[in-house]
Amino acid sequence: MQKNQIAAGCEYVNFRIVVLMKPTPDPDKVRFDAEKGTIIREGVELIINPYDLPAIELAVQVKEKLGGEVIVISMAPPQGEEALRDAIARGADRAILLTDRRFAGADTLATSYALASAIRKLGNVNLVIGGEKSIDGDTAQVPGEVAEMLGLPHVSYVSRLIDIDYSRAIVESDLESEVVTYEVPLPCVLQVTLNVAKPRIPTIKGKLQARKAIVEKWSADALADIADINRFGIKGSPTMVYRVVIPKEKERKRIILDTEQGVKAVVDLLMKEGLL
Amino acid sequence: MSISPSKAGTVDNMGVETREGIMVIADIENGILHRSTLELLGKARELADSRKTSVSVALAGNNVGELKQVLFEHGADRVYIMDCEELGTFDPATYKEAYISIIKEAKPEVILISATHRGRSIAPRIAAHLATGLTADCTDLYFDEKGNFIQVRPAYAGNIYAHILSRTKPAMSTVRPGIFKPIQRIPGRTGEAVVMPKTLCPRGVLRTISKTHRETASITEAKVIITVGRGLRRKEDIELVKKLARIIGASVGATRPLVDMGWMPKENQVGYSGNIVKPRIYIGLGVSGSPMHVIGMKDSEIIVSVNKDPNAPIVNISDYAIIGDLYEFIEKLTKEIERLKSKIS
Repeated sequence: MQKNQIAAGCEYVNFRIVVLMKPTPDPDKVRFDAEKGTIIREGVELIINPYDLPAIELAVQVKEKLGGEVIVISMAPPQGEEALRDAIARGADRAILLTDRRFAGADTLATSYALASAIRKLGNVNLVIGGEKSIDGDTAQVPGEVAEMLGLPHVSYVSRLIDIDYSRAIVESDLESEVVTYEVPLPCVLQVTLNVAKPRIPTIKGKLQARKAIVEKWSADALADIADINRFGIKGSPTMVYRVVIPKEKERKRIILDTEQGVKAVVDLLMKEGLL
Repeated sequence: MSISPSKAGTVDNMGVETREGIMVIADIENGILHRSTLELLGKARELADSRKTSVSVALAGNNVGELKQVLFEHGADRVYIMDCEELGTFDPATYKEAYISIIKEAKPEVILISATHRGRSIAPRIAAHLATGLTADCTDLYFDEKGNFIQVRPAYAGNIYAHILSRTKPAMSTVRPGIFKPIQRIPGRTGEAVVMPKTLCPRGVLRTISKTHRETASITEAKVIITVGRGLRRKEDIELVKKLARIIGASVGATRPLVDMGWMPKENQVGYSGNIVKPRIYIGLGVSGSPMHVIGMKDSEIIVSVNKDPNAPIVNISDYAIIGDLYEFIEKLTKEIERLKSKIS
């Protein structure tokens, strides 16, 4: 495990915070390919994964306290650029889009590998923040895999950042049956829940800045000096969809009732269960 | 450099050619086994029998060795015990270390992990360490005729299931509580206990400052669940639903939009990304029946829905579809039950 190398209390001029953000199809506009069971990604507008908004907000709040910069990294097709611009409007300083056909078809392992490689390429990263999960993939696996690949400690389900300085963070982690307060040394990875911070609305100034900002585009080759490019994309993905199936469902009675009849039916059901 | 460049990309696939057996990672909550562990054991037993192989459990924690008997009685053939004081703090990185030691020893072909917050924190670290495939929230697992291990999980569209194959071994899957059933307990059944040496106890960097226990009466245990959806007009109206639930001894569930708006806690969410529930009676109030919600409740014994819209998708999967106003329904049902109860007492 990584030893913290920054002395507590020292003024740290460039506190680097990386946010892992996934540009996801707008859930209100998404369309499905009913036959393949996949999302139609072509030509669909990509927005910031809603679960990543609190991650961006938390990063900006930490920067406001400790100084430094917020760098948002995404791996996505070229149209992911707009979501990164939105992240800049929300307070990020720098945006990096990993985009290349060689990244395509990645499962969580290959995605995490590309993101971890980009973080290594940046170097001098003090804090990595990711959202709880993505609204489309819904796996919640990437931040933990990135932490492991970077050899960093991580805390998941972080519902509150109680305190942070240059050497450590104190966080609350929601582990369902208990809430645990941890002290975690920096650098580390925090996977945060929706409760961690309330995302701010981008200001006009922020939006203007975002329009002018340059979203850096990194190809697989940009990472070739520090990564094995065979571990990117579909090649580096151990999982593959073998087939898709439309399941047969249990037959239901489908009795249509009005409210009066419904109340009577429910009372009868509850009585049969011995609940009344 | 605050991040060591040598770390990323180091993989430990251990050069093992033959891997055999199904391993379950025991999920321990406040010193006791989470019920999902026994559910996974039930499925592991079935998988192992179909594959003519064995079931092992990785049991790591502080003072957890005694739990082995329950595991044997629920289908485990072998239990690997890693008992370390250091595991008293839940640190995903140290737990990963412990499990990696066990996995190196046991060399399983398949690893099953509970999709609790603990399991979901640890699983990605193990998968990344082994550079192997990890499939989240599987709803079924099987070996096909060629002997491939297949993991089934709903695709984003919800009503379609993807059957996923891992090209690497061990294949890893997480499974939500409530998906599989434990086997009938066999009292006195025993197996082999493998105690891992203390020298392998991992050291972590996370420090626990405090812990607060929460009483989470899990809605997955409820016999009757009343679930509210977007048909509810105001947050305060949840009180009406709670009152109704109280008098019939039901739990209250909510759809994802209500949880995302902060109207109900996450623990009460019914649906693929919340809880998978199978109550005797499910009552959906103002729930339209989005595919992701349906995945979480479609195996309920009896489904009742109250919806204004006769074309709402939930109507098609209801045993009783009440077409009407949910507020009127709540009021009339509450009154009727109160009337009946006052008669009885």
